[in-house]
Amino acid sequence: MGNIQEKIVSFLPEAVFEEGQYLTVTVPARKWRDLARFLHDDPELQFDSLASLVGVDWGETLGVVYYLNSVKYNHWLIVKTETADRENPLLYSVADIWGSANLNEREVYDFYGIRFIKHPDMRRLFLREDWVGYPFRKDYDANPEINPIPVCNEETNDKTVVLEELEDGTVVEKEKVLFEADEYVVNIGPQHPATHGVLRFKTSLDGENIKKIDVHCGYVHRGIEKLWENMTYPQTLHMTDRLDYLSAHNNRHALCMCIEKGLQLEVPERAVYIRTMMDELMRISSHLLYFATMCMDLGGLTAFFYGFRDREKILDIFEDTCGARMTMNYNVIGGVMADIHPDFQRKVKEFIAYMPAKLKEYHDIFTGNVIAQQRMKGVGVLSYDDAVNLGVTGPSGRGSGWACDVRKRTPYAAYDKVQFNEVLRTEGDTFARYMVRLDEIKESLHILEQLVDNIPAGDYAVKTKPVIKVPEGRYFQQVEAARGAFGVYLESRGDKTPYRLKVTSPGLTLVGAVDHLTRGAKIADLIAIGASLDYVVPDIDR
Amino acid sequence: MEVKIKSMKYEDFNDNEYIEQLVKQLQESGTNVVVGSLDNLINWGRSNSLWPLTFATSCCGIEFMSVGAARYDMARFGFEVARASPRQADFIMVAGTIVHKMAPVLKRLYDQMAEPKYVIAVGGCAVSGGPFKNSYHVLKGVGEILPVDVYIPGCPPRPEALLYGMMQLQRKVKAERYFGDVNRQEKKPKELDK
Repeated sequence: MGNIQEKIVSFLPEAVFEEGQYLTVTVPARKWRDLARFLHDDPELQFDSLASLVGVDWGETLGVVYYLNSVKYNHWLIVKTETADRENPLLYSVADIWGSANLNEREVYDFYGIRFIKHPDMRRLFLREDWVGYPFRKDYDANPEINPIPVCNEETNDKTVVLEELEDGTVVEKEKVLFEADEYVVNIGPQHPATHGVLRFKTSLDGENIKKIDVHCGYVHRGIEKLWENMTYPQTLHMTDRLDYLSAHNNRHALCMCIEKGLQLEVPERAVYIRTMMDELMRISSHLLYFATMCMDLGGLTAFFYGFRDREKILDIFEDTCGARMTMNYNVIGGVMADIHPDFQRKVKEFIAYMPAKLKEYHDIFTGNVIAQQRMKGVGVLSYDDAVNLGVTGPSGRGSGWACDVRKRTPYAAYDKVQFNEVLRTEGDTFARYMVRLDEIKESLHILEQLVDNIPAGDYAVKTKPVIKVPEGRYFQQVEAARGAFGVYLESRGDKTPYRLKVTSPGLTLVGAVDHLTRGAKIADLIAIGASLDYVVPDIDR
Repeated sequence: MEVKIKSMKYEDFNDNEYIEQLVKQLQESGTNVVVGSLDNLINWGRSNSLWPLTFATSCCGIEFMSVGAARYDMARFGFEVARASPRQADFIMVAGTIVHKMAPVLKRLYDQMAEPKYVIAVGGCAVSGGPFKNSYHVLKGVGEILPVDVYIPGCPPRPEALLYGMMQLQRKVKAERYFGDVNRQEKKPKELDK
């Protein structure tokens, strides 16, 4: 850590440092772009992955917190930059350095009104363009009369704004045309069966080839992060299951671990094992649903039924222990809600024995099919560098050869006690992303096999105080959800409610890569590429 | 007259008062024998082939997919296939949270459906806003913009609950006057005459 600090001081003497979970550096806004370039390019630092970008309203100032990670060295750095101007807040964009910052900065603009100089496309991301106010500011007026339920559709806007800084320091707005008047633009979504939810792709076509895609999110933006600011810590947990409902356990696990980190709470060994097993079961069920829907999108309806048939077996296991098929609400601060059902171990063992034969069946009916192969192989190729730059984590990133599995990089829960392989492929195409997921099912079964007979005896949860107050500070926790690295950022001021709680969902970066992946592809490939990325829309929109 | 559907016994439903009230209204308004018999025949056909529109915004949509898949298989009860086009659908399952940005889109989908059409609100969010009712961007139930026929509570409702709610809709369809009521001709808007 000292080395990083020395390096930064040598580059930028006015940087202010803070020790904490990771080294934190506060940078004047004007210097941030230069430092960002340095951090990214310096061979000894190589902060090439932007893990999280959080906008915060600190009362006096508005600002952004960046979580940077180096793929090579796996070291972390937190960068803070802020502006005191609440009327017209301006910061500098780093979207050209880390591609994943593009949509994230638009999100910050949407929620806090901070505009980023040099950002290629400074529009709102989730809310409608006619929305009044910036909802995540602490002084936001939530009066429903200001923003009533809209009755007409949003005006189509083919233009955007770019902020440029002139040499004398004045900032000018420049209009940028996204779609020319004579371009052939087709809307796919927001209600389209192949977008996996309510997502809108504004697609510019040249014959059958895609020229450009403009992603519109926010059709299920529920403002969860704002709701969290008025909830006590145990209440906040319930929302995580409804973000990415296909990795509900993993999400909740992340938030619980983040709060436990703040409270310095030791979770009983039994709970750790149960949580790990639940995470893996969840991952299998999510990948099965992925297989089902991906095949359905490519026209293989039989596979849909096969996938759902086997997924039901896992839902049965969940239902026994957690009492629900979806939105299980199982993890709690300090452990899990209830002990495992007496049938749990038997059913998991049955499932471990049952599944491998089914995987073979999947490969027989779909993977080997000539049409399926032709639609997947060589389609939507994502290179390793682009995967890192765009922050495409999870199985999609691993399909491009990026060893980004959080379970391996920074083991949490019981992952350091089990043996498993990180499934990697180097092709980076749709087929690679598909195969990584099916192979991960095998690895997850292997993890379950090692844990199922070794669940230690003891308590399944520690007792916590009725009113939980997390000590002041900034906490961050990542887990490997079914779709990629799921990060939770918690800023506490010592109250019983969080000051700022943000989740960094893998979905947003996945959808940010769609434009890049589909350039020049056929329109039918968009369906295959979208299905292979496997984003869940409420996870993107939050 | 008793409203019977093939899939479930009359006494197994929990809220028969509601359907009896509908039947009473139907009988009070009266109709002639021929039209009434035709009504019954057509309603029998309609209630056994209600096709949903695939519409899902969030978690409830996954349970709706489960209902369509092998274990729960809604095709057994006449719901057969989910249609991706509103023109071919009989009812819309609003499965998931409806937010401000989505509201006009959903309204347009509903407007595009052919009469007679129905709405089922699935899950806490579509019923009342659910856990997100305090949010600045969430509708407090889809009832704010659409007329809802059946509410299915749950977060998300189990597939059995979804089937139960869909069967309630089947019963409702059977207790309707078809000619002169649900198949009434909408007057052509004046601007189309020009």
